[in-house]
Amino acid sequence: MSEVILSVRNLSVSYLARRGRVRAVSNVSFELHAGETLAFIGESGCGKSTLNLALIRTLPKTGQIDSGTMIYTRRDGQQIDVLKLNKQEHRRWLWSECSMVFQGALNSLNPVIRISDMIYDTAAAHGIPREDARKQALDLLEKVRLDPQRVFNSYPHELSGGMRQRVLLAISLLLRPQIVIMDEPTTAVDILTQRSILDVLKELRRELNFSVLFISHDLAVAAEIADRIATMYAGEIVEIGPVEEIFYRPRHAYTLALLDAAPRLSAGAEELHSIPGSPPDLIMPPPGCKFHERCAFAVASCHTTPPPLRPTHDAACHLVACTESERVLAAQRKIMRQ
Amino acid sequence: MTTPLVELRGVYRTFVKDRQTIPVLQDVNLSVQPNEILCLVGESGCGKTTTGKIIVGLLEASAGEVLIQGKPRSAYRRAEQAQLRRDYQIVHQDPFASLNPAHTIEQILSFPLLRHKLVKSRAELRRRIWELLTMVDLTPPGDIVNKYPHQLSGGQRQRVSIARTLTVQPRLIVADEAVSMVDVSIRIGILKMLHRLRDEFGMAIVFITHDLALAKYFAWRGRIGVMYLGRVVELGPTPHVIGQPAHPYTRALLQAVPEADPDVTRRKQPMRLRSDDIPRLTAIPPGCAFHPRCPFYVGRVCDVHVPHLDVAEGFAQQVACIPVQQGQLRPYIDEQAGG
Repeated sequence: MSEVILSVRNLSVSYLARRGRVRAVSNVSFELHAGETLAFIGESGCGKSTLNLALIRTLPKTGQIDSGTMIYTRRDGQQIDVLKLNKQEHRRWLWSECSMVFQGALNSLNPVIRISDMIYDTAAAHGIPREDARKQALDLLEKVRLDPQRVFNSYPHELSGGMRQRVLLAISLLLRPQIVIMDEPTTAVDILTQRSILDVLKELRRELNFSVLFISHDLAVAAEIADRIATMYAGEIVEIGPVEEIFYRPRHAYTLALLDAAPRLSAGAEELHSIPGSPPDLIMPPPGCKFHERCAFAVASCHTTPPPLRPTHDAACHLVACTESERVLAAQRKIMRQ
Repeated sequence: MTTPLVELRGVYRTFVKDRQTIPVLQDVNLSVQPNEILCLVGESGCGKTTTGKIIVGLLEASAGEVLIQGKPRSAYRRAEQAQLRRDYQIVHQDPFASLNPAHTIEQILSFPLLRHKLVKSRAELRRRIWELLTMVDLTPPGDIVNKYPHQLSGGQRQRVSIARTLTVQPRLIVADEAVSMVDVSIRIGILKMLHRLRDEFGMAIVFITHDLALAKYFAWRGRIGVMYLGRVVELGPTPHVIGQPAHPYTRALLQAVPEADPDVTRRKQPMRLRSDDIPRLTAIPPGCAFHPRCPFYVGRVCDVHVPHLDVAEGFAQQVACIPVQQGQLRPYIDEQAGG
């Protein structure tokens, strides 16, 4: 596998609420390799957005990073801990090394300035000459299948939702970052628009070879574009592995339950199942495995001892935090045979 | 054949915005039979919500006929019209916006019961509310009745919304994107509950969604209507529409949707459209509205003649596409779908 460009270790993030501390992300570790797409899946409130806000250090005022390191490897091989950068250094790191595309493109674009001015502002902040930025931007706008001249001089409201999302994608790549964080980039768009965004993203990835941290609650989108998947539950990564492993050989009861709740067009008449109950309160998380209250496979030890994230027997790159992973896999095989 | 609960005949609906007339629905023909499941799918702005609102009587048609059990609404007497309003209910998309935050769940459910004099005493009111909450699997009801909407999760709130429509024992429920804002893990539970309520009370459900996989799951034993720019372009039994789509637009959608299966979704070959952009409703193309984007476009046919929903050789469903109706476009079977 290619080199690691981002290594996150034991990252914990909490929010201060009136009732106490909300442990939104606890003890998360993962690695991102050069050129790969890692997708985080899970229900709302599982911590996947918080995790990524922490990575770019844009948590709301009530949020704080309690512990952890985030080692980023520059193109020249130099390693830095992003969490230790000062404000100035961090601002420079953003966009030139790591950029982001959020859900709802209208909120991310300033409505009163033209796309061109946004691009010039970004370039100026990073000391890039105007003319270089313009050339680069026109080239990228063309790559995301937009009419460069027209879009460059437009205001956001003159563009459709899908066009805006593609503009954001182009701007995010302006300074050639190694990592692009995408938070539900296709959630609020229509099917055919989503298709064109996904196709454009795949093309750009092939051509420019950046890494993507992709956050989605939509398993279908993750299945299509991710190389690896991390399932998050109640602020923890409970399973992480190559996309085929996660979809065809899931070892965590929660991953299996998510897959079992997702309808498929190609499947004919389907028997699907909801996950009973709701996610736990993260101010007073349950002891043991946080999923045990909703889990069909839970045994006595799940109620008391939190299972560590460790490699599975047959795939070292596939980690799971579930003591009953063999039973989960057996159950998955049974579902597949039906 | 039984009389449909609702029948739309050549329904048009326009809205006026900034002195511009926007045709949101054009020549929509649909009917909903008692106890039937009908799914309306399409992208935003295709008119599916407007259709839903016309079905329940929240909006009127600008032209065309809306027959409620065989007669126009105006042919009913006042008291009958009040009954009709109870019989046709809608569940909205956003359970945060559709429940009054200042009222407890008990109050929310008691208003319609009292307003329509459906209960005779305090005790009966209480019993009925507990019964309703049990029906929508909010148990034990004692934990719920005194709560306010903000104390419930999105899924629980949507269940309260559904319970509220059940207070008046409707014959038809329009569920407009009713689970779109609910987490994936909980959606299936709500859909199963709607199926069960339909079986138990013999209701019809019109399910509006932009999610094709969800539509397929929910309406597998019912029908799907695909809408594009204010018209129904394909209508028929779900397994046929999904497994053997007739209209080029339906085919384009099905081939574009990612699937929760890495192999299947990566093997898909999305249809190359002639244009990626949806035309504005104020500038709907002449002839077939899909023709500027359609790869099967036939010159001097598709851009001139408006296709009407009709049967086509080789298909079990109705389709509004002239080349398909004339047999020029062969039935297409997606090797991945329909299995």
